[in-house]
Amino acid sequence: MLFLGLPTVLALSTGLFDGDGAFTTTNIEALVDPVIVRTFWNSIWLSALTAVIGAVVGAAACYALLDAKPDGPLRTVVDSISGVLAQFGGVMLAFAFVTLIGTQGLLRVILQNNFGIDIFASGVWLYEVPGLVLPYIYFQVPLMIIVFLPALEALKPQWAEASATLGGTRATYWWRIGMPVLAPSFIGSLLLLFANSFSSYATAAALTSQGQGIVPLQIRAALTSETVLGRENLAGALALGMIVVMVVVMVIYSIFERRASRWQR
Amino acid sequence: MTNTIPVAPVIDIEPVSGARVELAGVVKYFGPHRALNSINLAIEPGEFIALLGPSGCGKTTALRALSGLEGIDDGEILIDGEDVASIPTNRRDMGMVFQSYSLFPHMTVLENVQFGLRMRRVPAAERKGRAVEALDMVGLAQFGSRYAHQLSGGQQQRVALARALVTRPRVLLLDEPLSALDAKVRVQLRDEIHRIQTELGITTVFVTHDQEEALAVADRVAVMRDGVIEQVGTPEELYSTPVSPFVADFVGLSNRVAGIAAAGKATVQGVELTILGAPVRDGEVTVYIRPEDIAFASEGIPATVVASSFLGSLRRTQVRLADDTLLSIQHEVDMRHEPGESVHLRLKGAPVSAVPR
Amino acid sequence: MAAVNRRLQRAHHPGPTAATRAIILVVVAIFFALPLVSMVEFTLRGGLEGGYTIDRWVTVFTGQLGPEFNQLWIAIGNSLVLAVVTVVIMLVLLVPTMILIKLSFPRLRPVMEFICLLPITIPAIVLVVGLAPIYRVVSSIFGSGVWTLAFAYGILVLPYAYRAIQANLDSIDVKTLSEAARSLGAGWGTVLFRVIVPNLRRGLLAASFISVAVVLGEFTIASLLNRINLQTALLVVNKADPYIAVIFALLALVFAFLLLVIIGRLGSARRKDNS
Repeated sequence: MLFLGLPTVLALSTGLFDGDGAFTTTNIEALVDPVIVRTFWNSIWLSALTAVIGAVVGAAACYALLDAKPDGPLRTVVDSISGVLAQFGGVMLAFAFVTLIGTQGLLRVILQNNFGIDIFASGVWLYEVPGLVLPYIYFQVPLMIIVFLPALEALKPQWAEASATLGGTRATYWWRIGMPVLAPSFIGSLLLLFANSFSSYATAAALTSQGQGIVPLQIRAALTSETVLGRENLAGALALGMIVVMVVVMVIYSIFERRASRWQR
Repeated sequence: MTNTIPVAPVIDIEPVSGARVELAGVVKYFGPHRALNSINLAIEPGEFIALLGPSGCGKTTALRALSGLEGIDDGEILIDGEDVASIPTNRRDMGMVFQSYSLFPHMTVLENVQFGLRMRRVPAAERKGRAVEALDMVGLAQFGSRYAHQLSGGQQQRVALARALVTRPRVLLLDEPLSALDAKVRVQLRDEIHRIQTELGITTVFVTHDQEEALAVADRVAVMRDGVIEQVGTPEELYSTPVSPFVADFVGLSNRVAGIAAAGKATVQGVELTILGAPVRDGEVTVYIRPEDIAFASEGIPATVVASSFLGSLRRTQVRLADDTLLSIQHEVDMRHEPGESVHLRLKGAPVSAVPR
Repeated sequence: MAAVNRRLQRAHHPGPTAATRAIILVVVAIFFALPLVSMVEFTLRGGLEGGYTIDRWVTVFTGQLGPEFNQLWIAIGNSLVLAVVTVVIMLVLLVPTMILIKLSFPRLRPVMEFICLLPITIPAIVLVVGLAPIYRVVSSIFGSGVWTLAFAYGILVLPYAYRAIQANLDSIDVKTLSEAARSLGAGWGTVLFRVIVPNLRRGLLAASFISVAVVLGEFTIASLLNRINLQTALLVVNKADPYIAVIFALLALVFAFLLLVIIGRLGSARRKDNS
């Protein structure tokens, strides 16, 4: 038990105590370097965007699965595939998207040859931050399905029936009951997706061999560069920054989760 | 919570004349299973009728067919003479109370109660007023701003009742509303439902598997088995003149005793009893005798006392006959017999149900 | 009547119509199939001459890959070793702890849950920052073999393994079982191994399979601690021969899918048993 706890704590503390063994704020001040700020901003908007898209598409897919039998073929296939894709190692995901929309990618070639559309007309964006959007969505949607489907299934049929006996239509049910009840779970899942995207490293690392558009890549640069003294501790400061964001997100997440479970007695 | 609910007359909620409800030849299949087998039932306006039966007998299906939550495969459902079978649930204007979990969790009690009025586009001020009245009727006027998870089971069902009644529906449907509650709350709430129904005069259909409950509150009871109504009648009729052994056994307690049937009479332990219902062929039969139709006597059928239960206002004593038959006898409290005692029994002679063995 | 019945359903049955469901699922399915399709298509390309060939697949399966791919085989071996060691660490450390907490220290359960959910809040990339100095120490004690990564991986799989085992643990009444066994004269070892663990078989298997899946897909820590595992090797191979890299990626994917299908089967078999 201790062995499991110790590395975590150490990892945290080493990440926090920057400097030559002494607690120094210079590295934390380095965080306000405009380049670093920009990467934090990139990470945040990338995570937010993919979280929102993933959440909406995922929720739609969950809705479509609402009436499927829990043990039936459709559900088991979807559950398994979602499980795999949500864990889809970043490297393999990068490969997949390069083969799809890379410069020689299947889709790009088809669009170019058959429809005259060149998706890279204004530059190859796949290997920069915007290029991460599509791959991230690829694992965000399955994660959403895994996390949100139980919430949809927890909607009690009695509510729909009661609504009907009181004169409500399907539309009023969803508008006044279904969606409001699901809102905390939805937001909770959204935050989870955000956290997931924010902390992703492998895909970005595989797609961009150099360049540090998002925070994890900055950490990579800080860890592997031997040039500037104290650079390694910059990694610690960056890690601290990431943790702060994550903690905020997870705290808000747990608030919403608690409210959701209160209603789902 | 206080034990007595104010019995003040309902303020400003005029009694709605209940509708006449009729099920005519209703058939319902779930796949190959026939849940309702040509049900015929006529319910008078303002009547409180209970659908009683064991699990799977079709009582809940019948109720849901009335509400429109289940479609039917044949037959007619008539409300005041109008066939509503093709009208969807949300336009049938019936109030419904479910067994549990039906309050919307994200709305306050008051918002829950107002929901039906909101669906009918009742303006806000009137909505609120009527909702408060409805809550007052069930004794929960102070609870308007609470949420469902803050209420006990009994309170939740009261709110559900208020919510169903506030729109003044023509028919009230209750699907085992008390089954999920504690015993004491169950009795309180059923009396309250009875009182409210009497005051409002809404036609009410009440589904339950608890025969004591059904007998206590209903004007008439329909006993169902396997998708068929075995008997419809007042509680007294069902209790004292059951038309079939199933009804005799299901409603109230019964002792099963061996007897011989001949020409419409059954002889049990030397005593001749009239057989109720359809004629039974002569020969060996099993006879159903009520515990209160047997009495202790100074001489008569010999028996040994096995056990005695104190039930508050009555006693029930179990005895064993010479042929090992066990009988349950219901009698006054002050008569006490110890296990092992030898006693004598006398059959009071009430008519009985019998079925060939 | 049937048509009427269907129409009646709408107000109280707010699920999607067959049409809506089909549209949504088909669109989503297409989006998700595309990259996989393109991966397969890529591996079949015939190089500069155009056209398609399955030669590369044949090469892989008949073991004709040249020696320049030895790194890849070594990496696969590494990953498998890591997977096994991680599973062992997880089982040996996690299971007794969880049982102990369930039996003797129920109040520690929220603490345990918090610790096991921590890795979600602390992403691998952050963990690695702290792990770097630790591993300098570890290397000096245990050498710099790849298998030492398993210590870190043990933490990584914690949330998933915990959830799988806890679900199983909650469904059997550990307290009663152990009390019954003890009253019949069993020592704690017997109780643990012959009474409790056999009932946890499904949870343990599920936890093991999930751990394997996670370990095989792990890249961040291995890469930044300069170790070689399946994923880092894939990246390296990709620079040399992208086709082979994609083939192996697909194979790894299929393997992970099979693992998860088996877990799913285990789960539903359990459900059927308990019904």
